[in-house]
Amino acid sequence: MQGFLRADGRKGIRNTLVVVYAVECSHHVAREIASRFRDRAVHLIGFPGCYPNEYAHGMMKRLCTHPNVGAVLVVSLGCESLDCGELAGAIRESGRPVETAVIQKLGGTRKSIEAGAAWVAETLERIQSVPHVEMKSEELVVGAICGGSDATSGLTANPAIGRAFDLLVERGATAIFDETGELIGCEQVLAQRAATPELARELVAAIEKAARYYATMGHGSFAPGNAEGGLTTIEEKSLGAYCKSGSAPISGLIKPGDIPPAGGLYLLDVIPDGEVRFGFPNLTDNSQIAELIACGAHVILFSTGRGTVVGSAISPVIKICANPETYRRMAEDMDLDAGRILEGRGTLDEVGREVFDFTLATASGAATASERFGHQEFILTYKVFEPIRASCLPRSSG
Amino acid sequence: MEKTARAANTDRRLLLLSEKDNVCVAVAAIEPGERVLFGGKPIEVLTRIPLGHKLAVRAIAEGETVVKYGVSIGLATRAIAAGEHVHTHNLKSNYLPTFTHDRVGQVGNLSPLSKDKARQVGNLSHREKS
Repeated sequence: MQGFLRADGRKGIRNTLVVVYAVECSHHVAREIASRFRDRAVHLIGFPGCYPNEYAHGMMKRLCTHPNVGAVLVVSLGCESLDCGELAGAIRESGRPVETAVIQKLGGTRKSIEAGAAWVAETLERIQSVPHVEMKSEELVVGAICGGSDATSGLTANPAIGRAFDLLVERGATAIFDETGELIGCEQVLAQRAATPELARELVAAIEKAARYYATMGHGSFAPGNAEGGLTTIEEKSLGAYCKSGSAPISGLIKPGDIPPAGGLYLLDVIPDGEVRFGFPNLTDNSQIAELIACGAHVILFSTGRGTVVGSAISPVIKICANPETYRRMAEDMDLDAGRILEGRGTLDEVGREVFDFTLATASGAATASERFGHQEFILTYKVFEPIRASCLPRSSG
Repeated sequence: MEKTARAANTDRRLLLLSEKDNVCVAVAAIEPGERVLFGGKPIEVLTRIPLGHKLAVRAIAEGETVVKYGVSIGLATRAIAAGEHVHTHNLKSNYLPTFTHDRVGQVGNLSPLSKDKARQVGNLSHREKS
């Protein structure tokens, strides 16, 4: 495995130039700039809101200084609340080329697109010289989520991801699973795997917080398609999602933007703290993918039964199809066929090993299905988080 | 040993995830009227069980816990007979209500184009253009 060496010592598996819209008002200009480089590694991310939000600002900083990112163009309207000066400063400090195109200063749409596109063209050449050096498995950070779940997700793809997670953690890599709202009903089994009793209490508290949050919202992380696929209750869906975590001990509980201090298995708490504000915690799967990436994930393992087509900006997404019928219908959008276990054409151990090998191949530069189709979904909305307590990362405290 | 005996006498479309479970998962659709073997015992399937859906492998009383993966997945809202489909009509969460609508699967009338037709209207995949 080889990685792009960044000034902070972290290594990236891609060398992407990111175009950021700082508010919805600069989205079109940013998209026009990025779309001129469709077949180059140029991705579009942004935050739609005009009101300030500490979480969104922190997320944006983490994403723009992610090891897979080589340079950043920030497109600002000129009057939004996101502090583009502070963001650009943090990116510059990280050793990356950065520029801010302010539409109101540049004189409107056309001039901003021209100036922005010229900077991107020139900077793409500049970042070709980033050193490409050896990268070890313990430097790799892998995230896992499931979406478009049906009852097969918890029988094939999720447990296969669990096997791959075990192999990764054994080799010193960092593995992150998420969605405490999809672990409702698994509190006790999860707590038994915590590295310390204090962390066990934090894990249970995080899931209780998710249950309270969803109860206030009226319903949980359960879409009508889940029921059509055979899942009846949130706890049944949870047990299927829980299998993604494999069997390693849980080293810590982190929140969006926290970078795990060492290799091991971590749970990402994506449910906001405090009273319920700003609506549902995660609008879609890509909200969670963006949060996993903000925690440093180089690559995302995505298990789907019903069939999803999404990828992501910044980090490649590997789609592992749980349902053999879905796989036959949507094969070109899928990377791996885990559903074949149900038809006796492979065992869980074989598919788990395949997920592990495919993860390393993707990290070495092989394109995933969503990358081939040009998918680069991204979503970031308002949230509020309190910092994690020392008991959430027992091994790094003190 | 008991497990092996059960596997040998169980229809291969039924997946029992834990010995504690009172439901099985269908790994392929089972049609109403079929008789399936479970641990050597025939069970008459009363309604269609699509892939991924659950089948009661013994009678479950109203208010009894439904067990899958060896863990509770909710309570039976009415008596469930062996061979019956276990789903939103007879099982409810101990945590949160399940939101469903019955249109899913019935919306969308478009079918994929034939290869010739797709060539006529232009290829949607931008990477395959060149």
